[in-house]
Amino acid sequence: MNPVVRDASRRRLPVRTWFGAIAIAACSASVACSSDDRVTPGTDTVAVALPSGTRVDLTGAGATFPYPLYSRWFNDYALRTNVRINYQSIGSGGGIRQVLARTVDFGATDVPMSDAEMAQGNMRIVHIPTVLGAVAITYNLPGLRRPLKLSSDVIADIFLGTVTQWNAPRIAALNPDETLPASDILVVHRADGSGTSYIFSDYLAAVSPTWASGPGRSKDVRWPTGIGGKGNEGVAGQVKQMVGAIGYLEVVYARQNHLPVVHVRNQSGRFVSPMAFEIASAAAAVATDSAVRDLRVSLVNAPGAHAYPIASFTWMLIAPDAIGATKTRQLVDFLRWALSDGGDLASSLGYVALPTETAANVLNQLDALSPPTTAGKSP
Amino acid sequence: MSAPSVDLAPPSTPTSPPSPVRPSAEPLWTHGHGGSGPFGDRVYRVVIAACALFIPLLLVLLAVVVVRAAWPAVQAHGGDLLFGRTWDVAHGRFGALPAVAGTLLSSLLALFIATPLALGVAIFVVELAPMRLRALVSFLVDLLAAIPSVVYGLWGLFVLVPILRSSVMPGLERTLGFLPIFRGPAYGTSLLAAGLVLAIMILPYIASVSREVLAAVPRAQREAALALGATRFEVIRDAVLPYARSGLVGGVMLGLGRALGETMAVTMVIGNRHAIPSSLFDPAYTMAALLANEFGEASNNDHLSALMAVAGLLLVITLVVNMLARWLVWRVRRVGESA
Repeated sequence: MNPVVRDASRRRLPVRTWFGAIAIAACSASVACSSDDRVTPGTDTVAVALPSGTRVDLTGAGATFPYPLYSRWFNDYALRTNVRINYQSIGSGGGIRQVLARTVDFGATDVPMSDAEMAQGNMRIVHIPTVLGAVAITYNLPGLRRPLKLSSDVIADIFLGTVTQWNAPRIAALNPDETLPASDILVVHRADGSGTSYIFSDYLAAVSPTWASGPGRSKDVRWPTGIGGKGNEGVAGQVKQMVGAIGYLEVVYARQNHLPVVHVRNQSGRFVSPMAFEIASAAAAVATDSAVRDLRVSLVNAPGAHAYPIASFTWMLIAPDAIGATKTRQLVDFLRWALSDGGDLASSLGYVALPTETAANVLNQLDALSPPTTAGKSP
Repeated sequence: MSAPSVDLAPPSTPTSPPSPVRPSAEPLWTHGHGGSGPFGDRVYRVVIAACALFIPLLLVLLAVVVVRAAWPAVQAHGGDLLFGRTWDVAHGRFGALPAVAGTLLSSLLALFIATPLALGVAIFVVELAPMRLRALVSFLVDLLAAIPSVVYGLWGLFVLVPILRSSVMPGLERTLGFLPIFRGPAYGTSLLAAGLVLAIMILPYIASVSREVLAAVPRAQREAALALGATRFEVIRDAVLPYARSGLVGGVMLGLGRALGETMAVTMVIGNRHAIPSSLFDPAYTMAALLANEFGEASNNDHLSALMAVAGLLLVITLVVNMLARWLVWRVRRVGESA
């Protein structure tokens, strides 16, 4: 890690971490722990009016996918301001649980909270998109000269187990210049609950009625066929080893490991690869409308000529009433900085920053949450 | 989750029968008056008693917490949790039978492979090996226990599984394919892979307990058999092994306990499919793997509670196995004494 965060953790973090650990244990134990007395220890340091120069600590927990970016963002932000943000990547589900239990100041998730989960918290929870993620489909077919092209209905039927051979006429029709082997399609999916699985099953449910009425959308899908690998590395390992395998991965992982990816046919009939521009196009097509107030919006199967159809936001979760106006303002200030100035850092780490139009919409909503202050620390 | 109960309970079992020293017989207060005085003794006793009580208390606390959290799922799903075959989070169906079956089958397979090997190693080290080799072999076998389980998992996934897929599985199907357990598509990740990895992981536990037990067999046993004209093999078979029987059973049960609770390595090689395997080549699932895979991302209450129920079930299964082990050791010892 970086010096600043480490320094902070040496002085203060242990206590906090232990409290957190106990809180997690307690929460997972008694499922309904929603009492107000478990507000993060250390609240007192912030609840009072802040003289400038006093250090502020915020804690968050949640998704693992944006963790490398968030830790860089928090670090850079701490160098500019007196706000230090501590983040534990415990998974999206854990992030949601901790927000509901009020053990953290903010959560982070790759999967939007369901209406039932929102209702359960008995408080206002706002989803703020930070960056974009996408799911790439990788395969192992050594004979191909060009990337494999697939349409959404064929992808759904492969993962439903109804298209089982690589030389099936429907696949051949999409790849007229290639000779596909007469071998079984070996499906590999994630075994662990994951936002990647949610995004992919969300896509399959959006494009295939059979999928929607069958396995459905979930972080833990009941896959009709194939074997389960643990984590991106488990899926990638299996696909690399087995000729004829197909699997889905988080796109940054696929790109960093130089894995072949399927070019997916989008709504406008174009075959698109999961590159930054195509993924950003999906967000631009959906979330620019300022009428979209609830940013839990799904980006799968987005319209737009270049939109890659298996994309998603990753969100920060803020419960403004639970953490109070001061902390809300601190978080909103951070997000304003991250969405305006943090984009380059995101791109350099392989993430896809929100397109300008989308970022503008999100910034508007941030203003509604906590109006910008003219005085004080400008980042 | 249940690993502590697995690890803590059995070690006393195997070592107790042949051990001539009973540490509990000595009352503490008979020789405590020297330097610290009776007050020091009292403090010492309280501290020690607290330490001793702490572990059972922890187990009880663990069980209470798990049962409390699992209760909503037990009420909602009842017997379906144990006997249902469908695990479908999106539609709220939680049947853990495939995971229960996978847990038991993979552990038994591991035991089946590891027991003869571990006994062979122990007999070799205690009875046959020359002095210098003895220490080296024991050291190397014990070293297996020090390797983190994720390393076994990675090795299994990147070394063992490709070998299974490319040569072992096709070979077995050609030669033993008339048996239904050696048939099916060769994915590589399978019950067989999990059994093999687990076997390697539990081997050092069984081997080192067996080694200690065999070493504790009195010399007189061997000498008596030799005096009757027994060969070396007959000495081991007729004099050493029967004497050590109850301890050996305890060692095997310790291995079984380890195998039931092992998580990381298994989930990486077993294929994680919610179905009861009909062949060794089939992908399967275990309860520990299920917990590890789904707990972190579980956000709805029903799902969490169902996972807690699986944790409770695993706890019960490991407890039953441990109790069974004690009963077996007790019975074997009684038969041994009456014979």
